[in-house]
Amino acid sequence: MKTKHLTTAVLSSLIASSAATSALAEDLTLCWAAWDPANALVELSKNFEAESGHTMNFEFVPWTSFADRMLNELNSGGQLCDLMIGDSQWIGGGAENGHYVKLNDFFEANGIDMADFIPATVTGYAEWPKNTPNYYALPAFGDVVGWTYRKDWFERPELQEAFKAKYGRELGVPSSLEELKEIAQFFQGRDIDGTTVYGAAIYTERGSEGITMGVTNALYNYGFMYENPDKPYDLEGYVNSDGAVAALEFYKDLYDTATPPGSSNWYMGENIDAYKSGQVALQMNFAFIWPGVEADPNVGGGKSGYFPNPAGPAGQFAQLGGQGISVVAYSDKQDAALEYIQWFAQPEIQAKWWELGGYSALRAVVEDPGFAQSQPYAQTFLDSMAIVKDFWAEPAYADLLLAMQERVHNYVVAGDGTAKEALDGLVRDWTEVFEDEGKI
Amino acid sequence: MTDTSIDKLARATPKTVARRIKGLSDRGIAWLFVAPTIFLLLAVNIFPLIWTIRLSFTDFRVNRPNRDVEWVGLRNYERILTDPDIWATMQATAHFLFWTIVFQVLIGFFLAFLINKKFKGNDLWTTIIVFPMMLSPAVVGNFWTFLYQPQIGLFNYVVAFFTGVDPASFSMIGSVNLAPWAIVIADTWMWSPFVMLICLAGLRSIPDSIYEAAECDRASKWRQFWTITVPMVLPFLMLAVLFRGIENFKMFDLVVQLTGGGPGNTTTLTSIDLKREAFERWRTGYSSAYAVILFVTVFGLASIYVKALNKVKER
Repeated sequence: MKTKHLTTAVLSSLIASSAATSALAEDLTLCWAAWDPANALVELSKNFEAESGHTMNFEFVPWTSFADRMLNELNSGGQLCDLMIGDSQWIGGGAENGHYVKLNDFFEANGIDMADFIPATVTGYAEWPKNTPNYYALPAFGDVVGWTYRKDWFERPELQEAFKAKYGRELGVPSSLEELKEIAQFFQGRDIDGTTVYGAAIYTERGSEGITMGVTNALYNYGFMYENPDKPYDLEGYVNSDGAVAALEFYKDLYDTATPPGSSNWYMGENIDAYKSGQVALQMNFAFIWPGVEADPNVGGGKSGYFPNPAGPAGQFAQLGGQGISVVAYSDKQDAALEYIQWFAQPEIQAKWWELGGYSALRAVVEDPGFAQSQPYAQTFLDSMAIVKDFWAEPAYADLLLAMQERVHNYVVAGDGTAKEALDGLVRDWTEVFEDEGKI
Repeated sequence: MTDTSIDKLARATPKTVARRIKGLSDRGIAWLFVAPTIFLLLAVNIFPLIWTIRLSFTDFRVNRPNRDVEWVGLRNYERILTDPDIWATMQATAHFLFWTIVFQVLIGFFLAFLINKKFKGNDLWTTIIVFPMMLSPAVVGNFWTFLYQPQIGLFNYVVAFFTGVDPASFSMIGSVNLAPWAIVIADTWMWSPFVMLICLAGLRSIPDSIYEAAECDRASKWRQFWTITVPMVLPFLMLAVLFRGIENFKMFDLVVQLTGGGPGNTTTLTSIDLKREAFERWRTGYSSAYAVILFVTVFGLASIYVKALNKVKER
């Protein structure tokens, strides 16, 4: 009798515990762009599945249609995504339109401190309004535009000699944008091992955000500013300053004289292809590509070098990339989604994230004494993250971005008008957007 | 007396249904059958159209659910019709439309004329020729970006072979002057077979007896072509022009894949521009007005054209 009671009790408790587990286990969907780091995150998340009992599903969309697809999802209040690793510029819209859950209370309750993350990533990916302690995301993937170059070509004695004869200095990592242009022009159309190669692959893409993410690396360093620092949304004389005009002319000259023919609509993927196939000596690209470059049989294993965006007359800055991870307000699995964020924020998980090829934004990881030597590109990543600037993150960012794409592409690629006219037009477009938004 | 199928159907109708139908007139029954279709038509066509027209008079933005929607009257229409960028887009569309139709009609008719002759392997050649139109426009767009690649593209090498210019010296999709032609060439390659099929149907509908009579009257081949073939194929050809005109007016995928609307705005067709306004800038009210203008334009032009087509058919 006693045995019967014991068996019943054990069975009951087993059934009860299994029922409790299945009630807690959720099917979570994380939405992000389809690129190499996303594959690393799938690998990393297996650990979360094992620990929590939740199942992770992933919705990855190619970069060129990522914003279209995901902003559509958010604007329509869709429940496809429980977690969103959205682009840094979406943070304003995500917060103001109620797409993202505010995370302050959650961070406080779980001991997640934003001071533990690289400051630029907190401002860029998590805060809205900027520079206020209102958090809508956890910095998930630090990224920045930098340069990759063919170190093996740069080290060839005959090329070094020819370069010195022409420019009177050593062929090496450029210390300014002007030097970078000269190096790219030096390689343009040059015969290397029986193949004609070209200078640099730069961002020129028209459809999404490509040319803006490229040209800002010149604009910032020549003195362009988004607005009057003392008077928000005052654009005249800042967006179209003399320095900004010179920067745009520089970018056009670089495009006209030192890029492969037909590179009129290139972004991340095309630049990677051109570089890996040995078409170009230099490529502009986000840092996320560097692990892939190192692993590539043609250009990896020491054949490539990395350097931050070189300085211009007004300083040294680089375009911020990267994203934060947010909980989607329309999800009915917010508790499980928050659990994922809590798990992801742990230092040991962040360290593993870096090992797998994800750029952690946690200071404990990047400030570790061994970090700079952990990969050939690690120091460049650190140096680049220290000089970042980002595009507008206003709720109307899409309007602002499209206007810039059109104005800049029309001038740089299509050769329409002058740099001054393009930037004056941009001031008009942006002013109209801010007027429509009721900001001015 | 044998049972007809209608009698069988009447007997099979459940009594409750039969009782309900019994009191209905023929007209009532007709309405009963037509009503679901009309409802569907109203739900998926008419209601969205009316809703779009309504939105076109507002400043509604679908990505700002918390913002008040204001009635702006005709402001959206005024902004669109006075915007030089939109007129540039219209011009790019007109260029694309005109030249694709010209080339497709000429090439399609020529191919149909050749294929209509009786020769060995006729069916095989027809299948090969219609192959491009079986592909997805997005695939064709991608495929042609490779063909147009200055370093490795076959197109540049073919041009270089015949002209002697350096293949890397010109870029079909990167040049402001060449890009509008690049999209015309790709679309012509894809859709000329469609025009060919329609023309072929027209050619095969001409009775041999007409040509035989012309032969008896000693009409030359040239005269037979202009007085028999062309007039009798013309209604088919006009139909092909109508189809291609409507299709190319809303061309999107092929051009997006091929040029992304660039360089600059040189290949930004109205459908690409409209999509940017509606789903990238999220100016829903503005883009609704844009859509209404395009709808009226296409509907108006198509109506005039169909009237002309009917007149040709009556002749």
